[in-house]
Amino acid sequence: MSRIDVRKTYKLYIGGQFPRSESGRSYVVNDAKGRLLANAAQASRKDARDAVVAARSAFPGWSGKTAYNRAQVVYRVAEVLEGRREQFEAELRAAEGISPARARTYVDAAIDRLVWYAGWADKITQVVGNANPVAGPFFNLSTPEPSGVIAVIAPRGPLLGLVSVVAPLIVTGNTVVVVASEDNPLTAITLGEVMATSDLPGGVVNVLTGSQAEIAPWLASHMDVNGIDLTGVDDAALAVDLEVAAADNLKRVRRPAPDTDWLVQPDLDRMTRFLETKTVWHPIGV
Amino acid sequence: MSTPATSAVYDDVVRTDSSLRRFLHGLPGVDQVGCEARAAGLATRSIKTTSKAWAIDLAIRMVDLTTLEGQDTHGKVRALASKAMRPDPADPTCPATAAVCVYPDMVATAKQTLGDSGVHVAAVATAFPSGRAAMDIKLADTRDAVEAGADEIDMVIDRGAFLSGRYLQVFEEIAQVRAACARPDGTSAHLKVIFETGELQTYDNVRRASWLAMMAGGHFIKTSTGKVQPAATLPVTLIMLEAVRDFRDQTGQMVGVKPAGGIKTTKDAIKYLVMVNETCGDDWLDPDWFRFGASTLLNDLLMQRTKMTTGRYSGPDYFTLD
Amino acid sequence: MSFEYAPAPESRAVVDIKPSYGLFINGEFTDGTGTAFKTINPATEEVLAEVAEASDADVDEAVKAARRAYTRVWSRMSGAERAKYLYRIARIIQERGRELAVLESIDNGKPIKESRDVDVPIVAAHFFYYAGWADKLEYSGYGSTPLGVAGQVIPWNFPLLMLAWKIAPALACGNTVVLKPAETTPLTALLFAEICQQADLPPGVVNIVTGAGDTGRAIVSHPDVDKVAFTGSTEVGKAIARTVAGTDKKVTLELGGKAANIVFDDAPVDQAVEGIVNGIFFNQGHVCCAGSRLLVQESIADDLLERLKRRMSTLRMGDPLDKNTDVGAINSGEQLMRIRELSEVGDAEGAERWEVACDLPTKGFWFPPTIFTGVSQAHRIAREEIFGPVLSVLTFRTPSEAIEKANNTPFGLSAGVWTDKGSRILSMANRLRAGVVWANTFNKFDPTSPFGGYKESGYGREGGRHGLEAYLKGADA
Repeated sequence: MSRIDVRKTYKLYIGGQFPRSESGRSYVVNDAKGRLLANAAQASRKDARDAVVAARSAFPGWSGKTAYNRAQVVYRVAEVLEGRREQFEAELRAAEGISPARARTYVDAAIDRLVWYAGWADKITQVVGNANPVAGPFFNLSTPEPSGVIAVIAPRGPLLGLVSVVAPLIVTGNTVVVVASEDNPLTAITLGEVMATSDLPGGVVNVLTGSQAEIAPWLASHMDVNGIDLTGVDDAALAVDLEVAAADNLKRVRRPAPDTDWLVQPDLDRMTRFLETKTVWHPIGV
Repeated sequence: MSTPATSAVYDDVVRTDSSLRRFLHGLPGVDQVGCEARAAGLATRSIKTTSKAWAIDLAIRMVDLTTLEGQDTHGKVRALASKAMRPDPADPTCPATAAVCVYPDMVATAKQTLGDSGVHVAAVATAFPSGRAAMDIKLADTRDAVEAGADEIDMVIDRGAFLSGRYLQVFEEIAQVRAACARPDGTSAHLKVIFETGELQTYDNVRRASWLAMMAGGHFIKTSTGKVQPAATLPVTLIMLEAVRDFRDQTGQMVGVKPAGGIKTTKDAIKYLVMVNETCGDDWLDPDWFRFGASTLLNDLLMQRTKMTTGRYSGPDYFTLD
Repeated sequence: MSFEYAPAPESRAVVDIKPSYGLFINGEFTDGTGTAFKTINPATEEVLAEVAEASDADVDEAVKAARRAYTRVWSRMSGAERAKYLYRIARIIQERGRELAVLESIDNGKPIKESRDVDVPIVAAHFFYYAGWADKLEYSGYGSTPLGVAGQVIPWNFPLLMLAWKIAPALACGNTVVLKPAETTPLTALLFAEICQQADLPPGVVNIVTGAGDTGRAIVSHPDVDKVAFTGSTEVGKAIARTVAGTDKKVTLELGGKAANIVFDDAPVDQAVEGIVNGIFFNQGHVCCAGSRLLVQESIADDLLERLKRRMSTLRMGDPLDKNTDVGAINSGEQLMRIRELSEVGDAEGAERWEVACDLPTKGFWFPPTIFTGVSQAHRIAREEIFGPVLSVLTFRTPSEAIEKANNTPFGLSAGVWTDKGSRILSMANRLRAGVVWANTFNKFDPTSPFGGYKESGYGREGGRHGLEAYLKGADA
C-alpha cells in the first residue's frame, strides 16, 4: 500500500505568525484543471485590520535598520527561495498548469528579482537623492524615505508577480499588507514560509488570502495605511472605488496593471512610487 | 567618607537659577554616537581567570540587593536580608552584599535581621519612584527611614522640575534631603541621588544631573529606580563615571556611582567594572564608591562563582530564591 | 589586587599557513619565476611563509589570463550573473571571517580587535555593495561599459580591505584584474585567491601576483593593462603618473596624507579625546587618512591634552592576537626606522615628546603611542607623513587660523572637525581642502561612501556610486 501524504493547511501570514482567519472561513482553490488543490483561509476585514496593525508596529524597526542590513535580509530571502525552488516549481505547475521549463523560468526570475532589488537598498538614495546647490549659505540635502504601511493587491503571477510587487516596497523600508491573488493564493503563503525563515522581522510582510472585492475596500479606506498598490485589480470599477477611498487620507496610489509581463526587467518606479523625499536645510557659518 | 554638605567651590554657581543654568549648560556636550561607541568598545574587554574570580567577589560585595514591590512583606524582607548576609549558604567564603535596598516601612525589619553583620540598609525615600509629592512629605519620608535605622537613603530627583529647567529647585531638594539624612548623634545616612535616566533621555541631561547632584552634596549618583525602561545602561553609566572623575579633578571629592535596574548577568557586571577601571581607575573599584542596584544579578554571580571553583556549569536550582 | 586583563589570544588554529605560496594566475596557483621572498610576523619576526616573486614574464602571463577572461567570459556575462559571483565572494568572506582576521593580524601586526571588527566586516560589505551595482550600472551615471584589464597595486596597512576596494568595483563593472599585494602582507590576498576558487569564479578574472616594486612596475607599465589603480606613497604615485603619461590607461591614485583633526572649545570633549586616539592610534597610525596633526583651540588645549594623556595611558599595546590589545606591531623594520627617524627630527627641532610608558616586547617591531607638543607648521613632523602612532599637536585661536593651518600642506586626503555647533561644522567642511571630512567622528569607512584625496593625496574616488567611475568608460561610450 502506498504511503498517505500529510497535506499542508494553508493559513494567513500576519505579524510573523500563521493564523487561520478570525472569521473561521475558507474557500476552495482548484488547480488549472479544476481539481481541488487545497482550502485557503478566507480573510475578513478584521484580519485585514490585524495585518495593518502588524505592519505598522513593524515599520519603525524595519525602516530604522541600516540599508545594508535590509539588503542582507532581502538577499537572504533569495537564498532560501533558491534552496526551496523545487517546491515552488511544483506548486506553480500544479496551480497554473505550466510546463516544467516555464515553472523553472518563473522561479529563476523570482530569485533574480529579489537579488536585484536587494542591491537597491543601499543605492536608491544615491540615485534618487542629491545635494541641492541653493543660492545661500545653506547645506541642503534631499533623501528618500519610505512612505510607511503599504497595502498591495497582488497580481495573478503567484510567485514572480508577487515578488515583483513586494520586494521593491520592503527593500526601501516600507512594510506591507498583501492581498494575494484570489484564484491563485497558495504560493503566496508558501512564500510567507520562506520569508518567516529568512531573518525578515515579523510584520514586515503580511499576506491575506481571500476575496479581493471584500478585503481591498477596507485597506483602501484604512486611515493608518499610507499607500496602496492596485496592480492586481482587474475590475475597473472596483479600482476606481478603491482609488476614491484612498483619497480620504491621500494614500499614494499605484494604478492597476493586471496584465504586466513580469519577466521584463523593471525600472525604479515600483520603489520610487512609495518613497517620500525629505529635504534638510542647515545654515553654514562659523 | 566625609563630604561637606555642599561643595563650597561652587557657591557662586548655585546662587541663582540663571547662574546654575549657565554652568550646567556650559558643560561640554556629549556626542551620543561617540559615547555609545566607546561604551561598546569597553564591553569587548576580557579579563583573566584570577581577576575574574576577584571581580565576581567584588561585584557581590557591590550589590544593593533590592526588593521594591507593592507585594513586599516583612517575611520577604527578612529572607532577603538573610540572603544578603550569606548569599551562598553552602560556601562560607562567599562575601556578603553591600546592602539591602527596601521601602522605608521595611527598614526596621531589615535592620533587625541584619544586626551588626555590616550589611547596610538602604531605603528608597522621597515618594519613590515618581517623586511626585510635596517637599515636606519627601523630607518626612526620609527622616522616617533614617530614624528606623537606614544607613543609606536612595532619593529620586524631581524629573519634572529638571526637564522644565528648574535646576535650582532640584538642587535645593537634594540639599534638603541631604540635611534630613542627619542623625541626632551628628552622623548622617549616606545619600544616593536617583536621576531616572530613562526619563531624562539625553546624555547631556545625565551629565547635567550628575553635576547638579554632586554640587548639592550627594554621596552617590544613581541611574534609575528600576521602574522605568531603559534603566541602567553602559553609556549612561560611562557619562556618570566621567562626571565623578572630573568632579574629583576639580574639587578633590569622590562621589560614588550606582547603576540600577537591568543588570542581570555576571558578564554585564564585569563590563561595568571594566568601565569603572578604565574611566576612573582603581579608586572606584570598591563598594564604598560603586554599587549595583540589582536582584537577579546576585544568583548569576553565585552561579559563575561556583563555575569557577567546580569547573562545570551550574543551574538555577542550586541557588536559593527568596 | 586590581584588574588585569586576560591575555585572551585568538586561536591561530583557524588558519593554515603553508610553507610556501605561488602566484594565482588563471585560476591556479603556479610557481613564480622571480626570486622567492619571505613574509614575517612583525610582532615576533617569525618567518611565516615563502612567497613567489612575479617576474615580468609572470606578470605578462597574468595580464594575458586577465585579457582572455575579459574577452571570452567576464565582459560577455550579464551584470546579474557577475553580481552572483560577487555575492558568493561576500558570503564566503563572512563565513571565513575569523580565519581572514587572524591571518591578517599575524601577517600585518594589527590588533585582532580591528581586523575582526573593522577590516573583515567592511571587506564583506564592500563586495556585497558592489555586487549590487553589477546589474544596475545603467543607473550609475557613468555608463555600463568596462575598461578591460585593471592592474592594481595595494599597500600593507589594510591588505585585505584595500584588495576589496580595488577588486569589488572592478569586477562589478565587468573588468578583470591583476592585483599585487604588498610584499610584507601577501597572505590574505592569497587566501582570497582560494576564496575565488571556492566561489567558482571563472579562471583569469582575478589574478594575484606577489612581489615588490619591480613587480608593481611591470603591472603598471604593461601595455595591455587598461587601468591602473594604486594605493600607497605619494612618491610612487607620482612615478606611476609619469609612467602612464601618453598612454590610454585610466588611473586612480590614493596616496599619502597629513590630516588635521581640529578641536574647537565647544567640542564634546570626551568623545573628541576618543576621536583623537582613534584618529592617530588606530592601526598603529598606519593609515593614510590618519589625524596626525591635532589642531586644538588654545582656550582648551591644556585640559584636552591632560585628558588625552590620561586616555592614552589606558591603551594596551602588545600581542596583536590578544583580544584586549589596542595597539599592535609596526608592520616592518623599515617602517619602524622611518618612524624613529622622524620622531628624532621632532626632538631635534624642539618639539616636546611624550609617550605612553609601557614595556615593549623584545622581539618584533614596536613603537609606543607618542605625542609631540609645541609643534609648529614649520616642523617636519607637522609636514611629512610619519605613518605611525605619532601625533603632532598644534594650537589655533580662530576658525580662520585653523583652516589656514589645516590646508597648509601639499596633501588633502581627510580632515576632522569637533564642535557642537552644526553651522560651524559645515562652514569648516566647505573650506577644508580634503576629500573626506569627518565631523565629531574620525576614521569612519563605509562601502557606500566615496573616499579619496585632493592635491598630492591622489585622484579618483573609491567607494560609493562615485567609485564606479574609475572602472567604466563613461556615459558616452
